[in-house]
Amino acid sequence: MIPSIWAWLTSPENWCGTFGIANRLAQHVGYSLLVVLIAAAIGIPLGLWVGHTGRGRWLISAANAARAVPTLGLLFALALWVGPHIPGRAAFAVPSIIALVLLAIPPILAGTYAGVGAVSPAARDAAKGIGMTPQQVLTKVEIPCALPLMWSGLRSAVLQVVATATIAAYIGLGGLGRFLIDGLAQADYAQTAGGAILVCLLALAVDGLLALVQRLVVSPGLSGRARTRREIVLASGKDGAPGDVAHSTSA
Amino acid sequence: MIRFDDVTKEYPGGSVAVDGLSLTIPTGEITVLVGPSGCGKTTSLRMINRMIEPTRGLISIDGKGVADMDAATLRRGIGYVIQHAGLFPHRTVLENVATVPRLLGWDRSKSHAAARDWLDRVGLSSEFADRYPSQLSGGQQQRVGVARALAADPPILLMDEPFSAVDPVVRQQLQAELLRLQADLQKTIVFVTHDIDEALLLGNRVAVMRVGGKLAQVDTPADLLANPSDDFVAGFLGRDRGIRSLSFAGMPRLPLRPERTLALGETPEPDAPAWMLVLDDQRPIGWVETGALSGPVSRDDLNRSGTVAAINASPREVLDAALSSPTGRGVVVDESGEFSGTVRASDLVTLLEAEQSR
Amino acid sequence: MTWLADHWGEVWTLLLQHVWLAAVPLVLGLVIALPLGWAARRWRAAYPVLVTTSGLLYTVPSLALFILMPLILGTRILDPINVVAAMTVYTVALLVRSVADGLGAVPEDVRAAATAMGYKGFRRLLAVELPLAIPVLTAGLRVAAVSNVSIVSVASLIGVAQLGNLLTDGYNRAINGELITGIVACVLLALAFDAVINAVGRILTPWTRA
Repeated sequence: MIPSIWAWLTSPENWCGTFGIANRLAQHVGYSLLVVLIAAAIGIPLGLWVGHTGRGRWLISAANAARAVPTLGLLFALALWVGPHIPGRAAFAVPSIIALVLLAIPPILAGTYAGVGAVSPAARDAAKGIGMTPQQVLTKVEIPCALPLMWSGLRSAVLQVVATATIAAYIGLGGLGRFLIDGLAQADYAQTAGGAILVCLLALAVDGLLALVQRLVVSPGLSGRARTRREIVLASGKDGAPGDVAHSTSA
Repeated sequence: MIRFDDVTKEYPGGSVAVDGLSLTIPTGEITVLVGPSGCGKTTSLRMINRMIEPTRGLISIDGKGVADMDAATLRRGIGYVIQHAGLFPHRTVLENVATVPRLLGWDRSKSHAAARDWLDRVGLSSEFADRYPSQLSGGQQQRVGVARALAADPPILLMDEPFSAVDPVVRQQLQAELLRLQADLQKTIVFVTHDIDEALLLGNRVAVMRVGGKLAQVDTPADLLANPSDDFVAGFLGRDRGIRSLSFAGMPRLPLRPERTLALGETPEPDAPAWMLVLDDQRPIGWVETGALSGPVSRDDLNRSGTVAAINASPREVLDAALSSPTGRGVVVDESGEFSGTVRASDLVTLLEAEQSR
Repeated sequence: MTWLADHWGEVWTLLLQHVWLAAVPLVLGLVIALPLGWAARRWRAAYPVLVTTSGLLYTVPSLALFILMPLILGTRILDPINVVAAMTVYTVALLVRSVADGLGAVPEDVRAAATAMGYKGFRRLLAVELPLAIPVLTAGLRVAAVSNVSIVSVASLIGVAQLGNLLTDGYNRAINGELITGIVACVLLALAFDAVINAVGRILTPWTRA
């Protein structure tokens, strides 16, 4: 079993051509990127608005409840009902993309909303009080402080998209999922398992990349990576606080 | 100078936070707004920098109405310190302090230089500059908050219960630091607190407000303690008004008496009195019971119960020195900390009574 | 809805299959996650390792894991055990974090008081810490349950029978009634799991309702 999978993964002709691994990988990444960008363009402003104004909180509950809808069902429903209305070759891609965007919005929305909620009210008040305009408060304080949770929502969404795009191959979307689906249909386990391994590697690579970006983009003061005060005190062997103000001496 | 002209803040629904407040806050002094919860002190403060807009009335700074200026520009010219500091967790201490200079358009090096300078002035060493707020203690965070408020050197400083969230020892340190800073800077400071003792300690003038947002009395701490205007103010000031007023009274001249002293390491003479004051390099360090000594006096033999008063201290400190001393003779030192003489409680009380009847 | 009326028996069988495939991993996952989550709390070094590993496992796309399971377990591809195993992996990955965070949410002074009164180790865990960790655990279980119900439906693509079959068959033969029935059934099942776990959680924590 394993040798044949290895053979499939390493034979060069499987990598080239329209139906080759390289092309399918590019498609998968391309679709995922497109979907995440669209979902972020909708989810982040919406999440910021709900978090900032406190209105429309039902959107967040709805987003959480939407997790109950089976992804396969959503894909099929859109393919069956929207697909026929789309002309040409796009008929294969558009329903998938719509479904993927719909699946990607909830984690981004929930993450952004939670992120805004995590901003300390004192910091917000201070920002306004020392003279930042509302836009400055948003961009210089709220968004940077909301970033950890926002980014975590984004990572969740990206994984969701990469995984579901795999399944979307069933309704005609290209990408690595094609190997899994075609392999199953042709009873070619080497192809199916090879495709599955590739998808896993892609998911891990993408998540790893996003984790790296998170380390670079999110302030160390927020992520808890900065050493805690106790660790500094113990390491330096003295309390960092200034010395006691001299009280009246005894006599 | 900040002026409140019949300022009222009413919320929809009818509740009145501030009712017809008319108050002048002199330039270069600390004015404390104090009162119980619901008296409108914080609301009044926040109307100065337009975090809250008044319903009626006018607030002006040096003659210019605050409503006439753009809010953000107004706030960049006023320092603002709040209870939990409100430091930006995603920025280093240095970046936090440099915030207003950057907002004002100063370049990075100038802003950072000013920030370092102010961090030093609030008593934080330079190693704190690159730390994050989460790595600091509550007291340290408050110091950063004060530095941040002062970084662009605004003439006015608004402080909303800045020391209420730290423990008493740290609070005392911060209060002393504020007074020290103010002696150098002479800013116009509006300070809100619910603690009457803090108000009396820090304020050049204290404005007592009552629930419902009305001004009850505004006076210097000494006048407030001596003449509360009504039962509410008297009750709010609390007990011990006489003793506390001793902190603010001037001391005409101290009735000092001479005292036989013993130097550290010396052996007392056979005719020495029962108790002697021990000096180390002219500085008093404690009393010693000479009968219990068998040789030269050392630090282990000392009785340290008495406090020491400076020559220009308030009557309260001098009285405390006399009452806490094991011999009833309070120790007084001069400006350089060297022994000047002793005072008896009875002499002091006679002097104070003479002052009272004058 | 005539479709449902005509095929009630079929749907019911598939529903039961689905319940089994979603619920068994939930229980197994919890049983495995409890000691792992406890270990993550107990030994500081273990927390990042366990949380990172769980994160990585959860990253693996469901269809891929279903397909690769036979390689790992040595079963045939059509065997439902693949699905149960894969679902258990996902559940454990999700719950380890919940257990660790739930135990971590127990206030330190409560733990200290329990120790001072004479509770030791395992007894303290059972009598004091776990009960107090239930709210966080319940939240994690609810997410896991809803997510499991959705993921299990994907198993139709590898031929394992459950409600997902209504989806694939409905799509392939363009039978709207069947497709809709499948979607609604999954949603209702997910909500049912959520409600049951929530209710059990509340029953086990009378102090939150007082």
